[in-house]
Amino acid sequence: MRRIGVFVCHCGTNIASTVDVKAVAETLGKEPAVVFATDYPYMCSEAGQNIIKEAIKEHKLEGVVVCSCSPRMHEATFRKAVASAGLNPYMLEVANIREQCSWIHKDKEEGTAKAIVLGRAAIAKVQLNAPLTAGESPVVKRALVIGGGIAGIQTALDIAEAGYPVDIVEKEPTIGGKMTQIDKTFPTLDCSSCILTPKMVECSQNENITIYSYSEVEAVTGFVGNFSVKIRRKKRYVDETKCTGCGICTEKCPVKNVPSAYDLGLKNHRAIYIPFAQAIPNVAVIDADYCNKLTKGKCGICSKFCSAGAINYEQEDQIVEEKYGAIIAATGYNPISLDGYDEYAYSQSKDVVTSLEFERILKADGPTEGHLERLSDGKQPKTIVFVQCVGSRQSADAAHGGCGKEYCSKICCMYTAKHAMYCREKYPDTDVYVFYIDVRTPGKNYDEFYRRAVEQYGVHYIKGMVGKVAPQADGSLMVQASDLLSNEQLHIKADMVVLAAAIEPNKSARPLATMLTASMDTNDFFTEAHAKLRPVESPTAGVFLSGVCQGPKDIPETVSQASAAAAKALGLLAKDKLSCNPCVAHSDEMMCNGCSSCANVCPYGAITYSDKEFRGPNRTTLIRRVASVNAAVCQGCGACTVACPSGAMDLKGFSTSQIMAEVDAICK
Amino acid sequence: MADLKEQVLRTSGVNPLKCMRCGKCSATCPSYDAMEYHPHQFVYMVEKGDIETLMQSESIYKCLSCFACLERCPRNVEPAKLVEAVRLAVIRQQGQNHLKPEQIPAMLDEDLPQQAIVSAFRKYSK
Repeated sequence: MRRIGVFVCHCGTNIASTVDVKAVAETLGKEPAVVFATDYPYMCSEAGQNIIKEAIKEHKLEGVVVCSCSPRMHEATFRKAVASAGLNPYMLEVANIREQCSWIHKDKEEGTAKAIVLGRAAIAKVQLNAPLTAGESPVVKRALVIGGGIAGIQTALDIAEAGYPVDIVEKEPTIGGKMTQIDKTFPTLDCSSCILTPKMVECSQNENITIYSYSEVEAVTGFVGNFSVKIRRKKRYVDETKCTGCGICTEKCPVKNVPSAYDLGLKNHRAIYIPFAQAIPNVAVIDADYCNKLTKGKCGICSKFCSAGAINYEQEDQIVEEKYGAIIAATGYNPISLDGYDEYAYSQSKDVVTSLEFERILKADGPTEGHLERLSDGKQPKTIVFVQCVGSRQSADAAHGGCGKEYCSKICCMYTAKHAMYCREKYPDTDVYVFYIDVRTPGKNYDEFYRRAVEQYGVHYIKGMVGKVAPQADGSLMVQASDLLSNEQLHIKADMVVLAAAIEPNKSARPLATMLTASMDTNDFFTEAHAKLRPVESPTAGVFLSGVCQGPKDIPETVSQASAAAAKALGLLAKDKLSCNPCVAHSDEMMCNGCSSCANVCPYGAITYSDKEFRGPNRTTLIRRVASVNAAVCQGCGACTVACPSGAMDLKGFSTSQIMAEVDAICK
Repeated sequence: MADLKEQVLRTSGVNPLKCMRCGKCSATCPSYDAMEYHPHQFVYMVEKGDIETLMQSESIYKCLSCFACLERCPRNVEPAKLVEAVRLAVIRQQGQNHLKPEQIPAMLDEDLPQQAIVSAFRKYSK
């Protein structure tokens, strides 16, 4: 029997007010294996830790039980203390008598009795603890950023500036993301392109950054510090190394009816195109669905005009394989589909547009060259109605074909105020209405911005929703809405209606999360490791979150989070080796029957099977299929130990015998 | 009064606390101008327990039961069901048999579905 020491913490009055700590120490001191037991107001303090260290030496302790707060709080502290006194750090057990005892009980007698039982269980467990040593795994000093919007760009720049190589994978032909499509940014109204394009150029010029544009992540294997990623570089039919971005091909191509994704389909470009003037990389791409040469085999005009000889109709997809230490998801968002909202007549009228389409109308390189015009007849609208919360803040059981989102999209109040202000500023003869449920503008200089729209620019903010938009024969739009404060139903003859559509995570995020084994919420936003204290890390080690893929946010917030994610990733890349958690699963090969139950339940892909030779009776050799656990990938969740039908799987530090000993001690 | 609110909530199956006061029901209502109390007020009055005022109002008979409010409500509050529940509360409150079994034979008509008679009998008799 091991020599055990028990240390009971008061945690000020947190524990001591509902647990008689002296009685706990005294009772546990009488347990057969316990050679020393004491209590102290703050066991985690320097003085408290010294009590543990001295007792280990003085009483030659072989196991330590600390009765205190949750092990999530101070297990690491006490392990360090135990190790500094020469004991293996895994010969420590923490009995949680705060969160699971004193905080939830009112009766002191009951609390004390329970604390004693919890202490006994820990004593029983520590008897069976084995000394464990943490292994080490190397860190590949290269980061992968998935998504090349402002979030991905900022994260990549910060990592590159710190001196580590970083690759950006962007599925579109150019980096830049949504911010390239936006005209002005709130609350300062500076031009979006003017602040973004220098950063895009910086990305292309920084020698630590490699941009894989028009590429997608195809497979991810490995683990923190050592991910192995396959990237598919989609064929763009243009040799990226030869194309100079002169743009002659995009003028000579005879196919003129290709809807521009950059312009949300409001404008067309040729079958060979560069998304916009400041694209990075500034390289053309052929849309294979429209190109005459690729669909009919006849044409080849772009190839004839290309002086660089960059056009290659035979180009194939390429697969790049690279190793990374850290992966940062920055997959961004899209506005939701408005198919479920017939009442707003979005599909019936060209003059009912989403806010992102409105940005394109306002922007100089958009379909109207920056003039505020109706898309139906090119006339300048005199009355514009903005509708907020289209699809946001909608309960899951509401109608609208399941298009709605329960969350607030967060950015709409501000960009609508921006749009409304812009209209009044540039076209003062325009009547602008904003229908809102609540105006939500927290943030530095944000509420002031919205008030300016009302007070200085005379935008009509009306508390209420629009119920119906009906296109009229004369081309106008009849808007039926409620004004809740004056308690009347309004009928406004508008020329244009702008819908602040909810935003949702990019559709590519879900399959990516599966590849990364990173968890997501029901809305397909990536989950953080801790909502408050670890907001830029995924619970999956080595995966970090940047931008809207984690939750709705505006540009300043996205950039802050992007830099935070970079800082966290750099903390990982700066290490040469990672020490692994030694509390991992291992398989007893003699008992394993090769059924794959464990591999099927493992959420981290840590278990592999291989055929191994075993010595059989009478000098025979048997070949059996057995499981083995990659200790660097295993997170010690224990799912495999439960699934294993033959009892071959066990978890170090939480073995079946240890847990049964705890249960026995509790039931005694 | 609390009983009346309870009765309306139970017959309608509506939870007025789901309402976020956006007013889309009233924005969408085709008989808005004919009503003294508009759909969004209806929801709020039921929430406050002010059922008797609603029962005395002509508004409950102006509702067309077109269910547009119910279809377009972003929180799935279903105001039209509340209107119907208040109408039922009026009928029940008077404690009269609006429809007696002996009246039924005279009403029978071969085009009238049996189901309509049964449901009318359930609704209007005590």
